[in-house]
Amino acid sequence: MIELLLQGVLLGGLYTLFALGLSLMFGVMRLTNTAHGDFIILGAFGALSLNGWGLSPWLADLVVLPMAALLGYAVQRYVLNQTLGKDPVPSLVVTFGLSIVIQNALLEIFSADPRSIESSGLNTQSLALSDSLSIGVLPTLILLIALVATVGLQWLFANTRLGRAFRAVSDDPEIAELMGLRSKNVYALATAIAFALIAMAGVLQGLRTTVAPSDGPMLLLFAFEAVIMGGMGSFWGTLAGSMLLGITQQVGFRLDPGWGVWAGHLMFLFLLLVKPQGLFPKTR
Amino acid sequence: MNPLIEKQFVVERGHAYTRLLLVAAVVAVIAAASVPFWAESSWMHEFVEIACYFIFALMWNVLAGYGGMVSIGQQAFFGLGAYTMLALGNFWGVNPFVAIAIGGIVAGLVAIPVSRIAFRLQGGYFAIGTWVISEVFRLSFANLSAVGGGAGTTLTALRGIDKATRESWTYWVALLCVVASISLVYLFLRSKRGLALLAIRDNPVAAESQGIAVGSMKLAMYAVAACGAGLAGALYFVGNLRISPDAAFSVNWTAFAIFMVVIGGMGRIEGPLVGTLVFWLLSKFFSDFGSWYLMGLGLLAIVTTIYFKHGLWGYVQQRWGWSLFPTQRRLVLTTRPLA
Repeated sequence: MIELLLQGVLLGGLYTLFALGLSLMFGVMRLTNTAHGDFIILGAFGALSLNGWGLSPWLADLVVLPMAALLGYAVQRYVLNQTLGKDPVPSLVVTFGLSIVIQNALLEIFSADPRSIESSGLNTQSLALSDSLSIGVLPTLILLIALVATVGLQWLFANTRLGRAFRAVSDDPEIAELMGLRSKNVYALATAIAFALIAMAGVLQGLRTTVAPSDGPMLLLFAFEAVIMGGMGSFWGTLAGSMLLGITQQVGFRLDPGWGVWAGHLMFLFLLLVKPQGLFPKTR
Repeated sequence: MNPLIEKQFVVERGHAYTRLLLVAAVVAVIAAASVPFWAESSWMHEFVEIACYFIFALMWNVLAGYGGMVSIGQQAFFGLGAYTMLALGNFWGVNPFVAIAIGGIVAGLVAIPVSRIAFRLQGGYFAIGTWVISEVFRLSFANLSAVGGGAGTTLTALRGIDKATRESWTYWVALLCVVASISLVYLFLRSKRGLALLAIRDNPVAAESQGIAVGSMKLAMYAVAACGAGLAGALYFVGNLRISPDAAFSVNWTAFAIFMVVIGGMGRIEGPLVGTLVFWLLSKFFSDFGSWYLMGLGLLAIVTTIYFKHGLWGYVQQRWGWSLFPTQRRLVLTTRPLA
């Protein structure tokens, strides 16, 4: 039982990293990035190819993260900003189009085979907590990174100039512009941070398990479920939603290997019915 | 104002050539109905396939283009209609052609409880929420061993019928479905309720304040779109005979529908029609390129959305004022002196 919960929490750590970027983009510009999962996979394959050229996973991470942030800035600045507005259709169609382009480009370059990033044994090491209980080193590390990222984002939003700008354009972009902010630039910075998180999540996913070009949509759905279950507008909520999703999936997997993902979806729909604002709604 | 002038107005619903277009459409349908007597069977198969894409896109357009509800989960109802048809045909001996209609109705009915969950979300969240719902459908059917689980199964109900008869009937039923769904959507949009729909599309809050029951209209649209999607799904697998959860609940159905509607022009009946035509031509010439072809479709959708917001037919309509299915009402003022 404890082991099951622990496994769920560790899985939740990975999902937190999937979800934080989505939560950030939802929060700042109300943008639904349907290509979110595909960008995670893109990050993983980026690190994978660097790894293939002999870079260690952590060094590859150092290269991929800034590249992802730059890509995020550019995508928001030159593509997604043109689709923002009251009508949700343009941004949905454009990100959905991006999703198809990324999936097929990866398919063309890397083929459909699932692969994983070589971590020189890190993914098999484990820490013994007691005689019968041990946890993997890598999942624990991922959970720690997720916690640091959550605390970091929360701090960024609450205590920095940039965070204040994010909150301002989120509340009312027009008034924020009157106060001297360039909302399009602020949006692009938010996406840059979100993409750095996305790439991080991708690399860790690639280290922990396998990635294939067609995995993106599933990761998007996990991230989305975590964000909505946790409640919009708070990163702690996203963390809680991810944990709930991770635990539910683990319980499902334990009952029947075919039921894990299904159980997670059902939990999401159930919570949507009984608590549509999520676990920790932040009233704005 | 001169009191001796009487102001009169007439509401204009179409153009002079609207009647002509109607006659042409009737002639075209009659000509199309004769296809099984002289054409190759591969043509009919292709038509049935494209007809399914078209009906699905038409219904997606009703939902997104008029209702403002962008769903990425309409494949839930596509697959549901298909599996309903299959179960009725294989287990209860219902004629599959009759079961197509029942499949559509079941999908429409199931949409009502589903909407209770889906309507908790709006805008982009609604889009992904519906996607989750369709995944639940897919995984549920993949766990149902009665219909072959994840591997799928075959429609055996049509086994006794010889190939030529089966193909001709499938073709005629597909043609009937296309004509029926276009007519239904068109007549609905021209009706008083259609006017309410347009009002909701333009501004839901203002529409509500004018006494339009926005909530129940949206639910009606969701159910009708689901019914159409179910019809398309059932029809598709009568043509294909082999079904699996991954094929029936594939997100690609909605992806292609979005592509067709965006290219043709959202929120107009001509949109999916033109879009399906473009899609069919593109797939005919380029689908051999596999993932490059799909990348091209994705890019085309992105470029169209950013630079040509109203799609191909939107451009045509703005440039030349053409409209195959006039749904707008124009007030024409005429003044004449009082005698």
